[in-house]
Amino acid sequence: MSSATEVDNSIYYVPERGWYPVFLAFGLMVLVTGLGSWLNETRAGEAGSWTQSLIGLAITSFVLYCWFAKVISENAQGMNNAMLNRSYVWGMGWFIFSEVMFFAAFFGALFYVRALVVPWMGGEGDKGLTGTYLWPEFEAVWPVISNPDPALFTNPGNTMAPPSTPSAWATYLPFLNTVILLSSSVTVHFAHTAIKQENRTKLIGWLGFTVLLGIVFLGLQVAEYIVAYRDMGLTLGSGIYGSTFFLLTGFHGFHVTMGTFILLVQLFRALKGHFSHKDCFGFEAASWYWHFVDVVWVGLFIFVYVL
Amino acid sequence: MKKTILQFASGIALIGWALIVQADELNLRPGVTDISREVYDLHMLILGICVAIGVVVFGVLFWSVYAHRKSRGQEAAQFHHNTYLEILWTIVPTIILVLMAIPSTQVLIAMYDTGGEDMTVEVRGYQWKWQYKYLDEDYNRTFSFFSNLATPRSQINNRQVKTDTYLLEVDRPLKIPANRKVRFLITAEDVIHAWWVPDFGIKRDAVPGVVNDLWTIVPEPGVYRGQCTELCGKDHGFMPIVVEVLPEAEFDAWYASQASTEVVKAESFGETFTHEQLMAKGEEIYGTYCAACHLADGQGIPPAFPAIAGSAVAMGPRDDHLRLVIDGVAGSAMQAFGKQLDPVELASVVHFQRHSFGNDAGDISQPADVVNLSGGQ
Amino acid sequence: MSEVIHADHHDDHDHGPEKGLLRWLYTTNHKDIGTLYLWFSFAMFLVGGVLALVIRAELFQPGLQFVEPEFFNQMTTNHGLIMVFGAIMPAFVGLANWLIPMQVGAPDMALPRMNNLSFWILPFAFGMMISTLFMEGGGPNFGWTFYAPLSTTYAPDSVTYFIFAVHLMGASSIMGSINIIATILNMRAPGMTLMKMPLFVWTWLITAYLLIAVMPVLAGAVTMMLFDIHFNTSFFNAAGGGDPVMFQHIFWFFGHPEVYIMILPAFGIVSHIIATFARKPLFGYSSMVYAVASIAFLSFIVWAHHMFTVGMPLAGQLFFMYSTMLIAVPTGVKVFNWIATMWRGSMTFETPMLFAIAFVVLFTMGGFSGLMLAITPVDYQYHDTYFVVAHFHYVLVPGALFSIIAAVYFWIPKWTGKMYNESLGKLHFWLSFIGVNITFFPQHFSGLAGMPRRIPDYALQFADFNMLSSIGAFIFGFSQLVFLYVLIHTIRSGKPAEGRAWEGAKGLEWTLPSPAPYHSFTHPPKVTDAEVQG
Ligand code: HEA
Ligand code: HEA
Ligand code: HEC
Ligand code: CUA
Ligand SMILES: [Cu+2]
Repeated sequence: MSSATEVDNSIYYVPERGWYPVFLAFGLMVLVTGLGSWLNETRAGEAGSWTQSLIGLAITSFVLYCWFAKVISENAQGMNNAMLNRSYVWGMGWFIFSEVMFFAAFFGALFYVRALVVPWMGGEGDKGLTGTYLWPEFEAVWPVISNPDPALFTNPGNTMAPPSTPSAWATYLPFLNTVILLSSSVTVHFAHTAIKQENRTKLIGWLGFTVLLGIVFLGLQVAEYIVAYRDMGLTLGSGIYGSTFFLLTGFHGFHVTMGTFILLVQLFRALKGHFSHKDCFGFEAASWYWHFVDVVWVGLFIFVYVL
Repeated sequence: MKKTILQFASGIALIGWALIVQADELNLRPGVTDISREVYDLHMLILGICVAIGVVVFGVLFWSVYAHRKSRGQEAAQFHHNTYLEILWTIVPTIILVLMAIPSTQVLIAMYDTGGEDMTVEVRGYQWKWQYKYLDEDYNRTFSFFSNLATPRSQINNRQVKTDTYLLEVDRPLKIPANRKVRFLITAEDVIHAWWVPDFGIKRDAVPGVVNDLWTIVPEPGVYRGQCTELCGKDHGFMPIVVEVLPEAEFDAWYASQASTEVVKAESFGETFTHEQLMAKGEEIYGTYCAACHLADGQGIPPAFPAIAGSAVAMGPRDDHLRLVIDGVAGSAMQAFGKQLDPVELASVVHFQRHSFGNDAGDISQPADVVNLSGGQ
Repeated sequence: MSEVIHADHHDDHDHGPEKGLLRWLYTTNHKDIGTLYLWFSFAMFLVGGVLALVIRAELFQPGLQFVEPEFFNQMTTNHGLIMVFGAIMPAFVGLANWLIPMQVGAPDMALPRMNNLSFWILPFAFGMMISTLFMEGGGPNFGWTFYAPLSTTYAPDSVTYFIFAVHLMGASSIMGSINIIATILNMRAPGMTLMKMPLFVWTWLITAYLLIAVMPVLAGAVTMMLFDIHFNTSFFNAAGGGDPVMFQHIFWFFGHPEVYIMILPAFGIVSHIIATFARKPLFGYSSMVYAVASIAFLSFIVWAHHMFTVGMPLAGQLFFMYSTMLIAVPTGVKVFNWIATMWRGSMTFETPMLFAIAFVVLFTMGGFSGLMLAITPVDYQYHDTYFVVAHFHYVLVPGALFSIIAAVYFWIPKWTGKMYNESLGKLHFWLSFIGVNITFFPQHFSGLAGMPRRIPDYALQFADFNMLSSIGAFIFGFSQLVFLYVLIHTIRSGKPAEGRAWEGAKGLEWTLPSPAPYHSFTHPPKVTDAEVQG
């Protein structure tokens, strides 16, 4: 726990008033109402319009760009003190914790379904009556390949389960992705070391490499989804297996996309000569985020794919 | 002084207590089964403990408010902790809680003792009615029926005097025998409902796709009433439960008669009816099954519930209309009434819709048409 | 221009607020933002209250008189949602904004611009949510707990906007909490060690952790709903191998800590007020802190006490019953400590103290009914009846809401530099106290007699208690207009207040002049023993 005594408390930096937050809130609202009406129109079978969502996204991105640029320039002018920097550290740390809890909801759903619901519907355990009485045909296996009511939720043709022969693992996409993502955690660490050594070429090299790995990962993930939808008949509508599979990997993929983008921004900043060994919070925050995304993947690999 | 106040406080508490115990309007009902009486005793025990703790805690508080006020010249003491006291008031409540937990656990375990039942009834919640299905030992259906609110709309809309059983009456109550262990399998068709009969001390959620079970043994014949207790949409407040407990012999006779009526009904499916007969029957069915959503005047509540008056379906091809009512509309509140109504009822309600509220399709629907459409079932 | 505030010559840099509307839109000042939060929450309270009055008017007599059942459900749902997310939570965040920097000796919140964002998301989110009431098909009608599948397959179209509104509110709460944690952990004045922090700060620190832990889970729950509705997933649909009950588990994993989010800061407030007007140090400071921490911890493992009737296996029922009962122990510690603080004090009974004492008594009564609900076999008889409604209104209205009102009376001299009118304050108190009991006490009885909640019409035997309850609701509701009047009167023509507005008040905020300067502490204050609680 930090005690406030070590810092020079005689200087507090309070930023001037600014237009960013309220416009960001406005942009977010335009974005989500746009998304909402698009979703509702599509559900009603009409051709939904994207225009409003795109405008919202544009406002949001523009404001965020200005906001971050402002913060970076304030920092460059030396306005931030140690205390504010520590607030950023706390802020990022607890933001990541909130993300952990977001994934926890989906992992929780996965565990609950696998450990309780599916056996119950298969007629086992304390609530096995549900299975024997209502779903006599249903078989309790995970991944669920035959849904309780296949007329409403078409069965997945196939699952993402790992291959049985060890040699086939070399072409098992999720395994390759694990290797890629784990390596990227290492490379981003090298980039951090490079900052500490004030070695800019090394920094740019490793950071660029990390971004590249992120992009490759995303490419493979997209390829996997295409295979799932086109060849395996595994979709969002394939029952609980498809639901948990796509939402867990999908939200992870979304976070990788964000993470890659953030790292890319850091790469541009590195190219512009930002960051010193004493002052590289933007980079560090990005790399923590990246490590977090990585850890989530390991959880996914184990619980969604392998087990 | 202190003593008078204490006497006064305990006097008030006693009067309150007496009121609670006496007036049944003010308290939980003891009910009629063993379980419900155990639950009642438990309720009184916990309530008693809470009231007792309350009397002590609030007594001290009010004494302090009375005595330790600045206007009486009281000087503020400056103590700010007392380890013994603090440990004491952590441990004592813990002990009290353990004492409460023991009987609670016992009653709960007794409630979970399903099995050994004499008969089984499936209870299925629908928006907004209950279906009771009597099952044999292998859980096969022997016969079933729906139980709808019987209170007329005119009472609900304050156009007629409300009777004593206002909102707690149904057209066909569930019937069970006295003194036998009846097991209920509880589930739902659409959204979550909850089946509750206070006098039996049982309540369980009816969850679509999931089966919960409950049991009861009712010693006394009689009529017992309850309500749906989980928000299930518009008419959640209008889906009562009525259970008629019959003496054993009477129940057995009723049970035997049910299976035979089913056969008699099936024979009438081949008959042809006149326009007037269909309209009369149809109006009755419409009032019970359809008016909740499409309203008594056929105007519906658009956009959630479409109007029947002027509906393209009701004016269009007859078989499409029949099929829609038989199969329902998947993913909407429009249920598959083919599973709930028999061919006579289906034909008449469709015929009624096609010739009421200004609709005039000019054709006729017969039970045989329904039988043909639904593959002779 | 940026402000860099230097201790020795801050005068030439320090400036007051800007003028006009833009001050409020663009502000980064914790007091301005606190004020925005508080007025917003008061407005939401009135809106939520009007919806409650619609409910109570309809329930005044058996039969349908004013509204259709469909609309009634929308009233119930939005009343619950608006009160919880729009009135109580933002009010506590507003108090946190005003008080935490002053109480820990900081100039402002740690991340001022994000602070502004946290606030301004709210009006947009609630604007969106309330506008659904006017949409075709109507607004959310599935209860504030929005159980699937009523809120998925069977929901009106507006549920999509409701989902996004929940996402936005969640984002706002998370950012607000991060800000509060960073402020508390990072910006304390030298010498303000953790175990010397005022209790309001402590309770908010713990509340902020609860928020960060559970708001994302709520976001997860509504996201699953969104996908079930629009993308054909089957999280909450048994036909695809999911389970409607799973929704309830996820919801209540959020929902139960949520109710403590609405009461822990109240505990902090009441501790300040009672100690002040008893003119005595708070009894058992450290056990207060540990009690709050234990309540917070326990709140994560009791959620299924809202689901005793869904048909969990016996072992689950027993576990959740025992863990729920345990919460009575740390909560009891708090109640006993408050009484011990009053004991042999030298008490006076200004309006904040009256509200605080009423809090202790009525909250405890709500706690007792909570404990009764925790007893699983008996909860079968109480669940989803008005007994539950009575329970949670006792902990929320004379609980959370009274504590907020008490806090406003207590600190308003510091905020405005003016004193409220004591007789009007007392009038407001007595009307509220009587009103609240007439409204909610009879609900215990209608609940025990078997009246289900969320129904627009009821059987005849419940008529008397409902009539009483409706009368109480109107008394209570309209007495809040007295409050509004007191506030405006104070701001416009209250008598000037001293820096230390209350004789027994302790804490850094009271060392500042009233009204407090725009930037609370431009240089770190000295934390003396006289000003700390520990
Ligand atoms: C501020 C909000 C708040 C608070 C603080 C509480 C506090 C408690 N609540 Fe409550 N509760 C709600 C808000 C709150 N609740 C809401 C909103 C709902 C309904 C949600 C919905 O369905 O819409 C609800 C519903 C609810 C239920 C579900 C009922 C049902 O639907 O069937 C249960 C069941 O266990 C419960 C229990 C408790 C318990 C045991 C406490 C305990 O924390 C209380 C502890 C306090 C005391 C016990 C008093 C003081 C203690 C002493 C003086 C010590 C000595 C005492 C003893 C040893 C007895 N609550
Ligand atoms: C924190 C929260 C909080 C607060 C403060 C309140 C306050 C009140 N609540 Fe509510 N309530 C809930 C949280 C809260 N409630 C929740 C969570 C539910 C469950 C919802 C669900 O089932 O899903 C619920 C449900 C609920 C029900 C049950 C509904 C049902 O089951 O169908 C009832 C019924 O009596 C009720 C009544 C009241 C009343 C009379 C007040 C009063 O205290 C309100 C008093 C305030 C006013 C009346 C406002 C004053 C305004 C004016 C007088 C008008 C002035 C107008 C202008 C200036 C424009 N509430
Ligand atoms: C629980 C509510 C509910 C009940 C009860 C109900 N309906 Fe419906 N009905 C609906 C809904 C919702 C629709 C719209 C379905 C859709 O197209 O999405 C509908 C549509 C219809 C339509 C088509 C109307 C049109 O123009 O599209 C007909 C005909 C109909 N119902 C007949 C009946 C009959 C006959 C009954 C009673 C035996 C009945 N309904 C009971 C909810 C209900
Ligand atoms: Cu069925 Cu409520
Ligand atoms: Cu709870």
